Amino acid sequence: MSEIVVPASTPRVRRRKLSRNKVFRRVLPWLVVAAIFFIWEALVVGLRIEPFVLPSPSAIFAAGWQWHAPIFENAWQTFITTAIGFAFAIVIGLFFGIAIGSSSLIYDGFYPALVGFNTIPKVAVVPILIIWFGVGSIPAIITAFLLSFFPILVNVATGIATVEPELQDVLRALGASKWQTIRKVGLPRAMPYFFASLKVAITVAFVGSIIAETVGSNKGIGNLMLIASSRFEVPLAFACLLVTGAMGIAMYAIAGAIESRVTGWATRGNGGAP
Amino acid sequence: MKNFVDMYEVSLRYGEDGDGTLALQNATMRVDSGEFVAVVGPSGCGKSTLMKVITGLWPPTKGGVIVGGKEVDRPLSITGMAFQNPTLLPWRTTLDNVMLPLEIVQPHAPKFRRERAAYETKARDLLALVGLKGFEDKFPWQLSGGMQQRASICRALIHDPSLLMLDEPFGALDMFTREELWLAMQDLWLARRPTVILVTHDLREAVFLADRIFVMSARPGRMIAERTVELPRPRALSMTYEPYSVALVQELRDHISAAREAA
Repeated sequence: MSEIVVPASTPRVRRRKLSRNKVFRRVLPWLVVAAIFFIWEALVVGLRIEPFVLPSPSAIFAAGWQWHAPIFENAWQTFITTAIGFAFAIVIGLFFGIAIGSSSLIYDGFYPALVGFNTIPKVAVVPILIIWFGVGSIPAIITAFLLSFFPILVNVATGIATVEPELQDVLRALGASKWQTIRKVGLPRAMPYFFASLKVAITVAFVGSIIAETVGSNKGIGNLMLIASSRFEVPLAFACLLVTGAMGIAMYAIAGAIESRVTGWATRGNGGAP
Repeated sequence: MKNFVDMYEVSLRYGEDGDGTLALQNATMRVDSGEFVAVVGPSGCGKSTLMKVITGLWPPTKGGVIVGGKEVDRPLSITGMAFQNPTLLPWRTTLDNVMLPLEIVQPHAPKFRRERAAYETKARDLLALVGLKGFEDKFPWQLSGGMQQRASICRALIHDPSLLMLDEPFGALDMFTREELWLAMQDLWLARRPTVILVTHDLREAVFLADRIFVMSARPGRMIAERTVELPRPRALSMTYEPYSVALVQELRDHISAAREAA
């Protein structure tokens, strides 16, 4: 009766395989990126590709350094825009996710409309937003929000709606109110879903704000990219792309770090006890 | 208290417009307080429906249930429940899982935060009683299936419910673990004397644990037989192999196979 399952953590005496080496695992992503850049550089140089078609990484980094002031300024603008839209998406996604997940009435009533809304390509909405709010940050914030709130909503709703019926019986037979059931069971249970959705949502939030900046804004990394390509400064446009990718990875990593702290219980197989 | 649970002529049809499955038909059952009762029957006879009706989770279509002198018209808040699936919350330790009802049920919930230490002692004592001493701070996934089920039963008992409903709680366990838990269950019952209604398809289990055994017919379920188990307490596992018990199991089995053929 007293066999407990503890993740194996006995020190290994025999020589470790490369795949088990922690340092190697840490370094691997950087090696992959470095290898991509290296192959890229070699192809551009070897095949004599013109810089305005595909600039080499060294040219991109050079352009990035040359224009670092406007890149930083515009990237910061994009970051703030995305963060505000994303914050709204979290609040509203959580709120409606809880409402839809906990009531089949609200679910039946609102879900079809939400799905319909989500299928509208958001690029098509940006011009309308610009008519309403003018050129500037607000359309970008709203686009980031529109793209990222839906995955959050759906995931939170799923987590709350799939509480085991037996567990609901246990709680109801204790006289628990609907809100108590959500607070004690539904919400903690939805947390892994919520954080998984954050990782998706933050990347699409960047997509949203950059689309809006490209279509109609006078600031932001999307706008800078538009200007760069219209002036055939292709290396600069690529530098902007790299910066955007780096911001996306950074936000993803932050979401992942919070996730593993809050919901370690759900990923116990990979890291041991929370 | 005589007839603490009084279920009279209960029929239950699922679905709203009266064309759903008839799960129960004229099921009648009376249980005294402090009594341990088992309900056995062929599979799909509406045993789990019976649990839901008695605890007020499902209103019956006909008939009614009186518990503790009051007609049941909403979910009872004096019940503890345990199921075949332990349904422990994976983000809570064993101790926190067991204390969950105290955070919800009256009169404990309002003073839970203030008197947490006292409640914690109570939960630890209960866990020790079922052999989970030293596992209070482990998470459910660090426990074996049998240990999870013990914790689940502790959770059903922590708030001293006057009625304990067990829906095949040992059904998913291997034979040895199951027998261990029978003993643990008997100890708990002898120590606290709640009224217990146990739904099971294991006849030996019913004979070992229960004071009285009801046999249900095939769907639509009703009570077709009732037997009192006259074995002294505390019972030992070996008693289930004595001629008296074997004959009783045989008799119950005959009732059930007759019920299955009649269906």
